[in-house]
Amino acid sequence: MTSITETKLPGIGIRYEFTTADGRPMGVIAHRDGEYDLLLFDRKDPDACKATIRLSAEDTMALIDALGGSTVVVQQAQAVHQSMEGIEFEWVTLRDDSPCAGATIAETEMRRRTGASIVSILRGDDVLVSPPSDHPLAVGDTVVIVGSEQTTADARRLLLGA
Amino acid sequence: MRDIALPLLAGGAAAASTLAILGGIMLVLAILGRLSARSGVSPIPLYLIAGLGIGWWLQPDLPTEVVDSAEIIGVVLLLFMLGIEYTGAELVGGIRTGLRAGIVDFVLNATPGVALGLLLGWGIAGAVALGGATYISSSGIIAKVLEDLGRLGNRETPAIISVLVIEDLVMAFYLPILGVLITGAALATAAGSVAIAITAAILALLIAVRHGHRVSRLADHDRDEVLLLTVLGLLLLVAGLAERIGVSAAVGAFLVGIAISGSVAERTRELIAPLRDLFAAFFFVLFAIGVDAADLPGALPLAVLLGVVTVLTKIATGWYAARTFGVGARGRWRAGVTLTARGEFSIVIAGLAVTAGVTDDLGTLVAAYVLLLALAGPIATRLVR
Repeated sequence: MTSITETKLPGIGIRYEFTTADGRPMGVIAHRDGEYDLLLFDRKDPDACKATIRLSAEDTMALIDALGGSTVVVQQAQAVHQSMEGIEFEWVTLRDDSPCAGATIAETEMRRRTGASIVSILRGDDVLVSPPSDHPLAVGDTVVIVGSEQTTADARRLLLGA
Repeated sequence: MRDIALPLLAGGAAAASTLAILGGIMLVLAILGRLSARSGVSPIPLYLIAGLGIGWWLQPDLPTEVVDSAEIIGVVLLLFMLGIEYTGAELVGGIRTGLRAGIVDFVLNATPGVALGLLLGWGIAGAVALGGATYISSSGIIAKVLEDLGRLGNRETPAIISVLVIEDLVMAFYLPILGVLITGAALATAAGSVAIAITAAILALLIAVRHGHRVSRLADHDRDEVLLLTVLGLLLLVAGLAERIGVSAAVGAFLVGIAISGSVAERTRELIAPLRDLFAAFFFVLFAIGVDAADLPGALPLAVLLGVVTVLTKIATGWYAARTFGVGARGRWRAGVTLTARGEFSIVIAGLAVTAGVTDDLGTLVAAYVLLLALAGPIATRLVR
């Protein structure tokens, strides 16, 4: 497994760097605005970039696809992408101290109290999409919420009792 | 209807000439902006030269309210954008990664300015202002140069940015102190104001780190217009209050910038950047118009001397910072030379001091100094590969 070094670039994004199996150092900058830079370093001066290739969010998806990226990675990228347009996805797993464990979706009053919606519940290997409002939540369930940045954060707090 | 002082809306010849002068200045800036985009030279020195030229030949007759408002809004927006550039977490994280380089940076680069200010007999306030002007690198010029030269991915770049982050953090404490010193208040009052200002700075940092998301959530709105009005309103209100309690509007603006973070900061940056560009350009020109170009040749030898010394100290700073990041010899040189550019914030500091009544010579010296280093810094950065 190739190890990747991660460096924060305040104001810009995050810089990743790794060395390929045949000894070429290369890297990626993940910009805050969702674009990526592909970095190819100079053999003689490994501190300097020989070439920098700017990739838009769409280019990045295409590249991940071409490299045979798993759908999970692509879906995460989509979630990140959608969160930029104001839609947030949140995966929340209920612990045994959750005040909502045992309650039905309706009883949590999540929609009224936070504005976010439960769109899916993962229990073990089972995936329940668009669960009915009388569906009970249990400890260990992973609840998928959709909303704005604010409403999903509120919903997370409601579910976890924090 | 109540009689509100809106002289420009009263129309007539005065309004016509004010509008025409503003339009003329803006067109000159637009031409320089094109020149800057084509040549890759930072627009800041070009704006300064334009201001010096306009002040020398034309001495435009602008109403003082217009000049004062444009200048103060320019300063407020520049410092707000400096504050919002990094999140509270990034600022605090910067202390961990760049503390030692930050101390080296401060000691090496503030000392020459302070020493020269004292030697010239400009008093504590003048010396502290000049020290600030020689200390702070131009994050605007440096970010642009790194991007233009495709060096964002270089290994020395995190070292360069860590120095800029620490400088940003230092400003949170330097500006309040400067703000109080330049008012020339008695020692007891000054100490009180400094204490208030520092407490406010710490409070803003705490808010940013602990409750940044909450502040952002309060300010957030889907519509750009509402967000813009909310942030600008908050910004100008706090800036005004800060000025009222004697710690300069610039400080208030900077602290508001620090306190706003998260996705709201991201959008605010995009919304306010064009406004900042507009008013900052005016600020540079108006600052330079206020400098008597006839005094400039006299200030040049000192500016060159100060420039040479502080270029060397910045190179040493960057060299050291890059070394702590494990960068090789060539990268250390690149880091050092990149950091030599001084620009917008040196001018802001000098502008604050001169407006508050510290000697005009400070404005002239810093204008010449920034002219030299804002031009030479990026050129040298290009040459050192």
